[in-house]
Amino acid sequence: MSIIYLLIGCSVLLALVFLAAFFWAQRSGQNDDLYTPSMRILLDDEEEPPAEK
Amino acid sequence: MTESKTLEKVACYHCGDDCLTSSYIIEDKTFCCHGCKTVFEVLASSKLANYYSYNEHPGATRARTDKRFDYLSSADIITELVDYTDSQITIVTFFIPHIHCSSCLWLLEQLNTINPAIHYCRVDFLKKQLNIRFDNQKINLQEVVELLYDIGYEPLISLQDIIKKQNGLIKDNLVQKIAVAGFCFGNVMLLSFPEYFGLSDYETTFKHFFGWLNILFTLPVVFYSGRGYFIAAWQNLKQKIVGIDFPLALGIGVLFIRTCAEVITRSGAGFADTLCGLVFFLLVGKLVQRKTYHHISFERDYRSFFPVAVHIIEDNVDKPVSLAQLKTGHRMLIRHNEIIPADAILLKGEALIDFSFVTGESIPVKKTWGEVVYAGGRQTGEAIELEVVKPVYQSYLTQLWNNEAFTRQKDNRMQTFNEKVSRYFTVVLLAIAFGSLFFWLPTDVRRGFAAFTAVLIVACPCALALSTPFTMSAALSIFDRNFFYLKNVAVVEQMAAIDTIVFDKTGTITTGGSQEIKIDGLLSAKEQLLIYSACINSTHPLSRIICQYLGNQQRLAITRYAEIPNLGILATIEGHRLRIGSSKLVLGYKEIEDKVSKVYLMLDEEMLGFFEFTHQYRDGMDNIRKLEPAYHTFLLSGDQDHEREELTRFFKTPNTMLFSQSPQSKLDFVQTLQQQGRQLMMVGDGLNDAGALKQSDLGIAVTDDVNNFSPGSDAIMDGRSFHKLPAFLRFSKDTVNIIRFSFLISLTYNLIGLSYAVTGKLSPLTAAILMPLSTVTIIAFTSLATHLAARKRKLA
Repeated sequence: MSIIYLLIGCSVLLALVFLAAFFWAQRSGQNDDLYTPSMRILLDDEEEPPAEK
Repeated sequence: MTESKTLEKVACYHCGDDCLTSSYIIEDKTFCCHGCKTVFEVLASSKLANYYSYNEHPGATRARTDKRFDYLSSADIITELVDYTDSQITIVTFFIPHIHCSSCLWLLEQLNTINPAIHYCRVDFLKKQLNIRFDNQKINLQEVVELLYDIGYEPLISLQDIIKKQNGLIKDNLVQKIAVAGFCFGNVMLLSFPEYFGLSDYETTFKHFFGWLNILFTLPVVFYSGRGYFIAAWQNLKQKIVGIDFPLALGIGVLFIRTCAEVITRSGAGFADTLCGLVFFLLVGKLVQRKTYHHISFERDYRSFFPVAVHIIEDNVDKPVSLAQLKTGHRMLIRHNEIIPADAILLKGEALIDFSFVTGESIPVKKTWGEVVYAGGRQTGEAIELEVVKPVYQSYLTQLWNNEAFTRQKDNRMQTFNEKVSRYFTVVLLAIAFGSLFFWLPTDVRRGFAAFTAVLIVACPCALALSTPFTMSAALSIFDRNFFYLKNVAVVEQMAAIDTIVFDKTGTITTGGSQEIKIDGLLSAKEQLLIYSACINSTHPLSRIICQYLGNQQRLAITRYAEIPNLGILATIEGHRLRIGSSKLVLGYKEIEDKVSKVYLMLDEEMLGFFEFTHQYRDGMDNIRKLEPAYHTFLLSGDQDHEREELTRFFKTPNTMLFSQSPQSKLDFVQTLQQQGRQLMMVGDGLNDAGALKQSDLGIAVTDDVNNFSPGSDAIMDGRSFHKLPAFLRFSKDTVNIIRFSFLISLTYNLIGLSYAVTGKLSPLTAAILMPLSTVTIIAFTSLATHLAARKRKLA
């Protein structure tokens, strides 16, 4: 049953990775505007897209 | 109704307004004005006509075209506006009130197509903000703003927004705290299950391992997520207030210490899951409570009403200066539709100033050379020149903001139910805790401390702390759906306690244009001309409205003219004798049945008819009358008392209507009523109400467009829902009752828990079940009850 030590360690580590990912998303402002992208996706670019910078 | 030719109504292709003329047509598209047509042309030439395909009539009307952004070339204004700038690029964020549909979003993110110097633009739809990054070598700020203006999206640039930006936003990382608490809560729950389901003897090593892990997980919960509660409790103690934060912090602290003690001494499993759950739910409650309307500002004052800059004339050249630099002695140039930002003396030009926003008087005031013009008026007509006599912040109008009402912290004017209850709650809680401690102490010390801590754990007012935020946030979203926006949740409780309501008149209970003119009888062109020529000489408000109604006409020379105060005008023009005025003057007797103001017309002893002036009151004024006797209603108006008669329909009792009130006297009146012990709600709209709104226990600003300027207040109400005011008041009372009832529910849970706790034999499992159960009950009850109450009041 000592495998449990390893399993718990792994699961906690994995969960910590997700927590860190969430922190990163929050800090980099990905959750600042949760509404506009939902509208943006409905607009399609017709014509030729402007030259990329 | 009339037989005259009925024009088919055509909506403007750009803004959707009715087209009154057919002179602006491109291809098959009709426009209401030149401005709208220009926007279409700009977009069409940039191949952005798709703008019109996403939504019908997405634009804003452009009837008013005056492009004045040259102040944006001044360096110190630029530095105040931009977010970031270097030698290459500039980043700036604008607030654009017109952002309202997907077309706006699409167009504003295509600015690059129109001008390649704009590298990047991103819309935040809910905040109505546009973030732009541009090459400042190729295009400057002024040109960017002008470009936005040209495509119909004029940014709102005001002094106050600049200042606000500098203050920055308070970030307390609440979401991160919840994430940490939730993460730990989940893990601790899993690790606690084996304990609850029972472990066999050989598994006891796991038990200690899990226990230590649990402590590890509670550390960030207590010291990161829950830190705010300890700080708040400590600050409350220092101020000798016992708020709800004290028992919460006590609960968290005791839970943590007891968990550590149990794990370290190997005497039990501790309450780690209860602790994490408690902090998690509390923080969620905090988040729910925090409802923000990004596009509405409740803190506006005169600064957001005034322009950012004003033109001054120095050495015969006019240049823009920011208001902060405007000094006494400067010579200002104010053009049509611009606001006069400081008290000044008129030097040149004919001033016709609209003070409607400052005094509530809807008719423009005429000023002549040498007269002092107070700040806040809007010039209508030709450009005028004025000399500043007082700096902006010392003006007659802005002085109001020096009143102590504006410096006073307004948040704790009224004790909330929560604050009242939690004081007694804490005292009783401590009494029970120490009672059980001393009861067991003589017989069993361990049990004594077990009981003491258990009481503090189980009675931790989690449900109580959550009932207010969840009820209030549900209530807020109900109000929000009815176009009534509250500054924060505390306002609902303040509204429930109100017993006196004071209304402003112009703009609040009357709609924008205030007076409607109707003509009874038919006037020939010649007659119209004669009447116009007579009335144009008079400064009387009604004469002005008549002139406006008749439109611009050629003025005829007058042979004789006399204006009799309060009666009317006698004039002789081109041999015609005119009598314009009240029934007494024109007909020779007083018409008693006149309910509304009328101006009679008589030409050469022949009756022509009369103009009728009716006031446009908002819908639902009858509801206001019904507020009595539950509420005392008052009317405070900056206007003269022309309308006293009419208003007695709504304000029955004498002495409840006061006219000719200055901004300061409005504030004083509110203060006097408050000193009589009344809980007062002020409903107003203009700058002249700003003081009264601030002084009152609850200030509501009524506006026809929430994006427009409205003075600082606790709540902003859309004019469309004015008739729902009584329903709002009743609903606010309902929500307070819901909070009271949910308090009873949480007390019941507390009593059940306490009956276990005082014996000193509270098992972690009981606590772990009781806490989430009570929380879920409270959340479910409050949300459901609030929505039912809203349906009952016909607000849902």
